[in-house]
Amino acid sequence: MTAETRPSAAPTPDPDLLYSEDEDALRDAVRSLLADRSDPATVLAGLESDVPYDTGLWRALATGIGTAGLLVPEKLGGAGASTREAAVVMEELGRSVAPVPYLTSAVIAVTALLALDHDREEVATPLAALAEGRTVGVLALPLPTAPGGLPEPAVRADPAGVLTGRVTSVADVAAAELLLVLAQGPDGPELHAVEAAADGVRTEAVTPLDLTRPLGHLTLDGARGRLLAAGDRARAAVERALLTGAGLLASEQLGVAEWCLTETVRHTAERTQFGRPVGSFQALKHRMAALWLEVASARAAARNAADALATGSPDAAVAVAVAQAYCAPVAVRAAEECVQLHGGIGMTWEHPAHLFLKRAKSDELALGSPGRHREALAGLVGLDAP
Amino acid sequence: MTDAQDLRRRTAELLAAHPPATTDRLEFLRARFDAGLAWVHFPAGLGGLDAPRSLQAVVDAELAAAGAPDNDPGRIGIGLGMAAPTVLRFGTDEQKQRFLRPLWTGEEVWCQLFSEPGAGSDLAALATRAVRDDEGGWVVDGQKVWTSSAHLARWAILIARTDPDVPKHRGISYFICDMTDPGVEVRPLRQITGEAEFNEVFLTGVRIPDAHRLGAVGEGWKVAQTTLMNERVAIGGSRIPREGGMIGVAAADWRARPALRTHDLHQRLLKLWVDAEVARLTGERLRQQLTKGQPGPEGSGMKLAFARLAQEISGWEVEFLAEDGLTYDDWTMRRPDGVDFTGREAGYRYLRAKGNSIEGGTSEVLLNIVAERVLGLPPEPRTDKDVAWKDLPR
Repeated sequence: MTAETRPSAAPTPDPDLLYSEDEDALRDAVRSLLADRSDPATVLAGLESDVPYDTGLWRALATGIGTAGLLVPEKLGGAGASTREAAVVMEELGRSVAPVPYLTSAVIAVTALLALDHDREEVATPLAALAEGRTVGVLALPLPTAPGGLPEPAVRADPAGVLTGRVTSVADVAAAELLLVLAQGPDGPELHAVEAAADGVRTEAVTPLDLTRPLGHLTLDGARGRLLAAGDRARAAVERALLTGAGLLASEQLGVAEWCLTETVRHTAERTQFGRPVGSFQALKHRMAALWLEVASARAAARNAADALATGSPDAAVAVAVAQAYCAPVAVRAAEECVQLHGGIGMTWEHPAHLFLKRAKSDELALGSPGRHREALAGLVGLDAP
Repeated sequence: MTDAQDLRRRTAELLAAHPPATTDRLEFLRARFDAGLAWVHFPAGLGGLDAPRSLQAVVDAELAAAGAPDNDPGRIGIGLGMAAPTVLRFGTDEQKQRFLRPLWTGEEVWCQLFSEPGAGSDLAALATRAVRDDEGGWVVDGQKVWTSSAHLARWAILIARTDPDVPKHRGISYFICDMTDPGVEVRPLRQITGEAEFNEVFLTGVRIPDAHRLGAVGEGWKVAQTTLMNERVAIGGSRIPREGGMIGVAAADWRARPALRTHDLHQRLLKLWVDAEVARLTGERLRQQLTKGQPGPEGSGMKLAFARLAQEISGWEVEFLAEDGLTYDDWTMRRPDGVDFTGREAGYRYLRAKGNSIEGGTSEVLLNIVAERVLGLPPEPRTDKDVAWKDLPR
């Protein structure tokens, strides 16, 4: 066999695609908290106040239930769970579009710190603070940054660790107390920790498409960073964080799609026109049945990514690219169908469907668009471009 | 309860008493049936041991390792998958004793006489009539269609109308039909691929003794549900490797023919590759649920996904092949032994895949089933439910 005809596939991996009892119990706890504290009407009301985040909800979720430390080993101050459990939290957060910095802080920033040398005080201390939910941290990169597609850092570090530059469209930057900044140093990339309250750090809020995940531009003008890692180690930590974030974002997209389908079925079974429930018309029910199949498929893809990340599988890059390429459009389609099949009420500000549409569309761009993930896949599975 | 260890012991005894190397194939299969190792979840005395269905794999693995012959399940799929569970559930003791052993060994092939030219998605509207004769038996007249294996079959499972004066679901009875009856005429039904996998079956004055009825008179629709339910259970049995099936063929083409690549085809192939991988994972998730005894509703949707993918991928492949896509390997009318969706050439695969969204329940009917049974959406208003069959528009 020549290189051209060699099939891509090594032995097919053997993932666990189901939910364990512990994962179901975690889901119940998160779901009941969100039902109490973050139903769509509450989220909508919160967005119209001046406070973009529900800090009480975040504390209950992060510290109360302990979800902020799921990815962190117990000896480092976490719960010693894995991306499988964090993915379940992401599903529930997707179902409620809750405005909390879970993806950015408890998944992406935590994963970046975990990939560093955590025997060192500069890494271990913020990691423990993030794991306990005491501190919110974000990795300062534009939200659309895809794994495998790291651009040249937009920030420069001088030999004394003084940082200058501007990073646009950073998710949850306004909520963050700790910024992880990838900078170009004298000898290559460096990863720095920067206090958001330090001199020379400025954030300006952006009016986001998705009001439930605020964005901001970050300007560093002579801000002092603590060097966490340099060179390949720094770059690899950021890559791992982006890969994990993209993989678990698929579970959020699954949750978004599930809510949209459930609400659409509920609405069309109740809404009567022409003397019968509109959900009894085949023109509508076929669309919902097709969506159900896509949601069921998205669940398999998202579980596969979460499991591959949890087990450190060599297949993780493929699993994440497949999950993102598949789940992102499913969430968008589910939200668009939700608006359309609700008819006029779906177009109102009062009905929460638009929150899910905006989250789904914004998620589609986050951490790499489906097209970028398919492009990555081409290289990973040996389907080269012309 | 029979456990895996017990089954291994029984399998070893069977192999010792009938060494595969020196035993006639049929003799071995009969002995295996009589030892209860044919289908272990069946009752004792009928080829089984009342064991959990999942333990069959233990027996199959031991026998395969010993080089024992199998019953060529691909050749007798309708008997194994549809007729057998129905006979087991609704048959009399005499019927079970008479039919199950030669069915399992493959000595007698079965086919299914359900669909008709006028009764496809609306199977319950079927018009084949069964009328009582003077001796208490039945005389059957009508036409059936899309019957695989009819030209090889010794027996058929048949549904026919025994009472036209009641609504359609209530006037049907279920029979075992002798395919050697002189009133049975089998004609090959040529498909758009050029070959004939299926048959039309004309029934003219076919005689069926009342002892070959399954279930009560007028209860045939209920009996048929068992048959059709078992058709769906077959999904999700084994693990499929990545790039298994149609996408593997397309990916191999892409790798082998760089000169034919275009950007547009590349984008579409990657989309299809993702869809195929996710469909594989969805099937794998269903399999894991079944293994844990928590069957999910995903099974209802798998056929929909499979049909769409097979059609899109095979259409992509013909287009990718450019000039070669304009040719067809052979239009000669032939009767293949079985069907291989990924067999022959791209043109054949493209045409055969068109049947995937029609056979075994059209995609439109499956979408209704998902919408109504899984999502709980209200059914369409029905105008035919309480009308006598004879008064329905046709």
